Amino acid sequence: MLTLQCPYCGVDAEETELTAGGEAHLKRETVGASDDDFEGYLFMRENPKGLHFERWRHSYGCGKWFLAARDTNTLEVFGTYPAQSKEPPKDLRDKISAKRPGWSWREFK
Amino acid sequence: MSEPVSFLGGRVAEGAVTVRDAGLQGMITLRGDLAATKVKNVVKKVTGQAIPAQRKALVEGRRGALWMSPDELLLLVPYAEAEEAVATITKALRGVHHLAVNVSDARAYVTVEGAGAAEVMAKNAPVDFSAAAFGAGDFRRSRVGQVAAAFWKDEAGAFHVVSFRSVGDYVFDLLRVSAEAGPVGALS
Ligand SMILES: [Zn+2]
Repeated sequence: MLTLQCPYCGVDAEETELTAGGEAHLKRETVGASDDDFEGYLFMRENPKGLHFERWRHSYGCGKWFLAARDTNTLEVFGTYPAQSKEPPKDLRDKISAKRPGWSWREFK
Repeated sequence: MSEPVSFLGGRVAEGAVTVRDAGLQGMITLRGDLAATKVKNVVKKVTGQAIPAQRKALVEGRRGALWMSPDELLLLVPYAEAEEAVATITKALRGVHHLAVNVSDARAYVTVEGAGAAEVMAKNAPVDFSAAAFGAGDFRRSRVGQVAAAFWKDEAGAFHVVSFRSVGDYVFDLLRVSAEAGPVGALS
């Protein structure tokens, strides 16, 4: 059972209150994008065994989207943060570094 | 004019834990900046309450304010006053980005009361209902069984459950059957 803390409600919401929303921090390619960039935006996703950044929605709760960092293998949750974040916050990255030294995920490390 | 009736029509399932239709209740969805002075003032005017803190319910009789999300409240007013209250809010918040809608008839409203009420709730929602974790005035939006619901606990230990009208039958029966089955002792 996965439990994520909703950054808006502050509740530890268990999986059945949540809806998964795929990969976090996707940059939308739009008019003027190259075919490669647009293809990447539409289809290319990370599929790690380990650290991953995802979008989740507290659908049975406040209804807000938020972002989460967790390990897809162990289900360890590193933290959650607001959907408006352009990148994982520094304190969260530091926390991940303490547990997974040398980690990287897309452009983040 | 036709006589308004609540969706559950006054249904009551009596027992050690009693599940009852809470009857007609005015409910208004209010979205906007909850920190704005104009919003605070009109909530006070309509419900007599301040803006509730995160996951809190401030309720006195048929009036109250429930924290639905960082930008949403569910306001409680007497059923007959709901339309007037929406008009008051709309007038007070003219020019302020907001949304106020009378949702009274779109909801079913159930009370769960009795010594084992917390256990009846705990059977159906993924929430810690121990007295230490969920006290009087605490509020949650979650699910009961398979449907979305919002609920809070009052000073007497009773739970007040709000759901969509369309699933009101399901919610009432789910809570009734859970109450009939008796306590499991998990929270005692
Ligand atoms: Zn939430």
